[in-house]
Amino acid sequence: MRIVCPFCGERELGEFSYLGDAKPVRPAAGAPEDDVFDYVYLRDNIAGAMSEHWYHAGGCRAWLKITRNTLTHEISSVEPAAGAGAAEVGA
Amino acid sequence: MVSHAQTHRLESGGLIDRSAPLNFRFDGKTFAGFQGDTLASALIANGVKLVGRSFKYHRPRGILTSGSEEPNALVELRTGARREPNTKATTAELYDGLEAASQNCWPSLRHDLMAVNQLFSPIFVAGFYYKTFMWPAKFWEAIYEPAIRRAAGLGRAAGVADPDHYDKAWAHCDVLIAGSGPAGLAAALAAGRSGARVILCEEDFALGGRLLADGGMIDGMPAAEWTSRTLAELATLPDVRIMNRTTLFGVYDGGTYGAIERVNDHLPSPPEHQVRQRLWRIVAKRCVVAAGAIERPIVFAGNDTPGVMMASAMRTYVARYAATPAKRIALFTNNEDGWRTVETALGAGLQIAAVVDARLDVSAAHRALAAKAGFPVLNGSVAGVEGGKDGVRKISISLTGGARAEVEADGLAVSGGWNPAVGLTSYHRGRPKWQDDISAFVPDGAPPGMVAAGAANGAFGLGACLSQGFAAGAAAAQSPGHNGSAGTPPVADDETFSLTRLWHVAGKGKAFVDYQHDVTASDIELAQREGFESVEHLKRYTTLGMATDQGKTSNVAGLAILAAVSGKSIPETGTTIYRPPYVPVAIGAFAGHHRDEDFHATRLTPSHHWAAEQGAVFVDTGLWKRAQWYPRAGEKDWLESVTREVKAVRSGVGFCDVSTLGKIDVHGPDAGAFLDRVYINTFSNLAVGKARYGLMLREDGMVYDDGTTSRLAEDHYFLTTTTAKAGPVMQHLEFCRQVLFPQLDVQLTSVSDQWAQFSIAGPKTRDLLREIVDPAEDLLNEAFPFMGAREVALRGGIKARLFRISFSGEMAFEISVPARYGDALVRNLMLAGKQFGVTPYGTEALGVMRIEKGHVAGPELNGTTTAADLGHGKMMSTKKDFIGCVMAGREALAAADRQVVVGIKPTDKKRRLRSGAHVIPKGEIPGSASSQGYVTSVCFSPTLDQWIGLALVERGRERIGEIVHAHDPLRGEDYDVELCNPVFYDPDGGRQRG
Ligand SMILES: [Zn+2]
Repeated sequence: MRIVCPFCGERELGEFSYLGDAKPVRPAAGAPEDDVFDYVYLRDNIAGAMSEHWYHAGGCRAWLKITRNTLTHEISSVEPAAGAGAAEVGA
Repeated sequence: MVSHAQTHRLESGGLIDRSAPLNFRFDGKTFAGFQGDTLASALIANGVKLVGRSFKYHRPRGILTSGSEEPNALVELRTGARREPNTKATTAELYDGLEAASQNCWPSLRHDLMAVNQLFSPIFVAGFYYKTFMWPAKFWEAIYEPAIRRAAGLGRAAGVADPDHYDKAWAHCDVLIAGSGPAGLAAALAAGRSGARVILCEEDFALGGRLLADGGMIDGMPAAEWTSRTLAELATLPDVRIMNRTTLFGVYDGGTYGAIERVNDHLPSPPEHQVRQRLWRIVAKRCVVAAGAIERPIVFAGNDTPGVMMASAMRTYVARYAATPAKRIALFTNNEDGWRTVETALGAGLQIAAVVDARLDVSAAHRALAAKAGFPVLNGSVAGVEGGKDGVRKISISLTGGARAEVEADGLAVSGGWNPAVGLTSYHRGRPKWQDDISAFVPDGAPPGMVAAGAANGAFGLGACLSQGFAAGAAAAQSPGHNGSAGTPPVADDETFSLTRLWHVAGKGKAFVDYQHDVTASDIELAQREGFESVEHLKRYTTLGMATDQGKTSNVAGLAILAAVSGKSIPETGTTIYRPPYVPVAIGAFAGHHRDEDFHATRLTPSHHWAAEQGAVFVDTGLWKRAQWYPRAGEKDWLESVTREVKAVRSGVGFCDVSTLGKIDVHGPDAGAFLDRVYINTFSNLAVGKARYGLMLREDGMVYDDGTTSRLAEDHYFLTTTTAKAGPVMQHLEFCRQVLFPQLDVQLTSVSDQWAQFSIAGPKTRDLLREIVDPAEDLLNEAFPFMGAREVALRGGIKARLFRISFSGEMAFEISVPARYGDALVRNLMLAGKQFGVTPYGTEALGVMRIEKGHVAGPELNGTTTAADLGHGKMMSTKKDFIGCVMAGREALAAADRQVVVGIKPTDKKRRLRSGAHVIPKGEIPGSASSQGYVTSVCFSPTLDQWIGLALVERGRERIGEIVHAHDPLRGEDYDVELCNPVFYDPDGGRQRG
C-alpha cells in the first residue's frame, strides 16, 4: 500500500502507523459520561470507504485523515489533521 | 571420478554451450552436462529417468515438466548448511560441482522400502488425516504420527544456520512486465520505445519463453533471430531493465509487486560479499502479465510413471537442451499443439511410436506426416502405462469404439491443452472466468493497473501473443504519460487451435491429478461422495493443490473431475482462491539482512563504549542495550555486584546512564495549557526552573505513562517519558496536538537522542558535581532545591541541564549534556569522583532503589492500573479537562476493592521473593477465586538486608500489617508475606531533599 502524504508525497505503508476510525470527535469538557464512553469505545466497522487516522511516523510526523476502502485498500483522499500543518518543515 | 556418458544428448543443436562441460553429482554418482543445462535437462541427457519418490505412496517419479510448475522432480540441492530441500530440478541451473540428492526415499531411490505405503493405499485416501485424527489420541501419538512423519514428507532442511546473505531492494518503474516470451518482449518494445521506464522480470535464466523451444517465424525471421534483435534494441533504450532469474511472485496494494531474484543460485556458492537472493519490492504504475500458460496433464492410470512427460516439456528438452527423454516416443494429445512435439522429435531424428489423439478431426497434414514417418495415429485415449522405475515400456490404449491397442514406447508425451497462468491476475481475490472456446480459465479483470496479454490472457497463437503484448505495452506506457512512438508491432501467424475436452480417462490403477501430494482421481470422487462438493472443501479434504507447486499442473483437472462427478459445469464448480507467492520464496529472502544481531536496530547509550570497557553486563530493553550491572573481580554473582552498587550509592555517590528515557521539548505560548490536558496534574502553574512528576492516562482512564517534566522557560517545557513508551508517547502527544487540540499554539520535538542524561545519586552527589560544574553555580538547597531544574555551565564552558530529581530516594541530580559529550562526561565523572569512591550502577541497582523507595515502574504501569491504584489518586486535578478524566471516574475504576500498590515483605526474613506469586488471604484455599492480586516487583534490599517487593492487592492500602499468603504454583512456592507501606526507605523523604 502507498499513501500520498500531503507534506512528503507518495510514501510506502511501512512509514505510517494506523490508529483507526477518524469519525468520533472528542467531546468537549463537561460532556456527559455517555458521550465520552461512545467516543472512547464505539466504532463503526465499515466494509467500504472509511475515514481513518494515520500517522506519518517515518516521515513528517503529521497525523492524517485518510479515506480508505476497507475492502480494496483503495485510498480516495488524504488530508492533514487540523493541527498537522504546523509540522510542515519550512512551510 | 569418471563421468557417465551423456547417452541421451543429441550430437548437435540446443541452447547449451558444448564448449563449457560441467560435472555434477546426483545421488552420489557423477554425471556430465553443459553450461545452459538445468539439473533436469542434464539428468535427461544422461538417461536418468527416476529422480524422486512421491509424497504419500513413495511411487517412483520422473520429470514431468520443464519449468517452475514441476510437481515431481524435487531434489535436495547442495550439501551441508546450504542443503535446500524441495528444489525443482527443472529450474535449478547446472553448475560445475553441483550436488543433488533425491528425497523422500529410504534406504535409496531405487530400493525405497517406504514404497510399501502403496500397499496401504486404501488408508491413505482423501481425508486420511482428518479420519485418522478421530482415532484414539494415544494411538495417534504413539503409532501413527511418528510413522507417518517418517513415511510421508518432502526433503530435509539443512538443520543449521544458512551461511548466505539475502538482500532486499526497492525498484520503481512505469511499466512492469512479467515474462519474456513473445508477449512480454513485444510489451517491453512498445513501452520502452514510448519512453516509459520498464522493468521486465523473467524467471528463467534465458530470455524468450516458449520461443526458446518452439521457435516460429516473426517479422519474416526465425524466432531466435527476432529475439536477439529485440534484446539488442531493448538494450539501447535507456530505461528498460531486464531482470532474468527473477520471478514476480505477488501483487500488493497500490501497485507494489514482490519479486525474487535468484542472484547467485546458479553458482556453487555466492562470490564473496555477494548475496544469494534478493527480494524486490517493485512499485509500478502499470503491469503487463505475460506469464504464459501451463500445459495440463490428462489424468489416466499410470500417468505418473517416469517417462510420462508433458508434451511441451518433452520438446523443450529436445529443442532447447538437445537432450532426449526417450528414443521412441508416443504422444497422447487432445489438441493440435501436442503435435509440435512430434514435429520436434522427428526433426531431431527420434522415433515416434504412435500418436493417440482424442480428437476425431486430425488434420490431413498431420496424417500425411504420420504416413511419411511411419507411425500410427490412433483415435482414443491412453488407458494405462506399463513400466516402473526404469521408465515407460508399453502403453495401452482404448480406441474410440471400444477396441484396445498396445504400443511399445520408452516415453509418453501428454498434452491436455493449456491453462493461462492466472495467478498474478487473481491475487486480489479475482476469480478467473471460464472461456469455453479454449476450454480454460482466463483472467477476469485484474488488480488495478494490471493487464494480462498473450497466453496468460488465453491468446495462444504466436501472432496474437505479439499483438496483445505490444498493444498492452503501448497502452501501459501511455497511461503514465509517455507519448513516444511505439513503432511497428512485430507480426507472426497464429497456429491452428483445435482441442477436444478430455480430463480423465477411466481405467484400472492409480490415476494422479496432483502428483506432488499424491491425489488421485478416485480421491476426488471419494471426497465428492463424502459431501465435499465445494472446491475449497475439496482442496482441504484431499490436499489437492496444497503442495509447494500450488497445483499449477493439477488444479483445473481436479475441479474438472469434481464437476463431472457432481454433475455441474466447470464454471459452476469454480476455482479456489489464488494466493501469493507464485513460487516458494525462502523465508531468508523475506528476512534479508534482518537476522541474528541485525534482527532489529540496536541503540547504544552515550556511555555504552565506556561501560563496555568496564566489563558491564548489558541487558536488552527494547532496542537499547543498557548496562545492567558492573561486575568487579571476585564477585561471585550479579546479586553481589548489585548489592555493592546500591550500598555505594546509599553511602557515597554513584551514577547511572538514564539517556534511554524519552525526552520531548514542548515549546510555545500554550505549552503549559497543552500539558494540563495530557497530564492528570497541572503544569501551567509550574514555576520556571522547577520540575514536577506527571502522570498521563489513556482516554479510557488507565495510566499510560509517567515521568518528570521541567519548565526551562516561560514557553519551554522539557518532558521525559519511560524508556519503553518514548515512541508511543511522542505519537500520542502529536495526536493530542494535531487532532484533539489544534487550537493550541505548541510545538513538540523529540530530543531523546540529542541529550545524554545521567542520574547522580547519593549523599556525596554535590561533592562530585562541584568537581564537574562551574564553581560559580550554586548547588545548595536555597539556590537549587529539590525539584529544581535549570541550565548550568560545566567547567570548561559546556552548557548542561541539571534536574534535582531522585528516583532512588537519595540526594540526587540528573545531569544532561548534548549527546556528543556523553562519553566525555562519564569519563570525567569517574576521574573527578575517584576521591569520593564514585560507583557506576546499572539498571538492576536502579530497580532495587526504586523498589526500596516504592516508586512504580513498568510492572505496575501495566495498562490496567489507575492513578489511584498506583497511589497517585490525589494528583488527579478536578479543575480541568484532561485525557482520561471522564472515564477515570467510572464506578468500577473508583471502586474501593480495586487492587492497589502495596509493599510486601516475607515473614521469614531469609526467604527470597519472586514476582508473579498470587496474594491469597490467610486460611483460604489458593485458586483464581481466592486470589486478591499478585506480586509485581521484587528485589533483595541491601538496605533492609532482606527481600522486599511491591504487589497489587485488593484494598491493599487498608490492610497494612496484615499477613497474607503468597502462592506461586508455577514455581511450587508457598509462603507468608506481610503487607506494608510501599515506601521502605526514608518514607518522609528527608534524604532526597537534604
Ligand atoms: Zn509526511
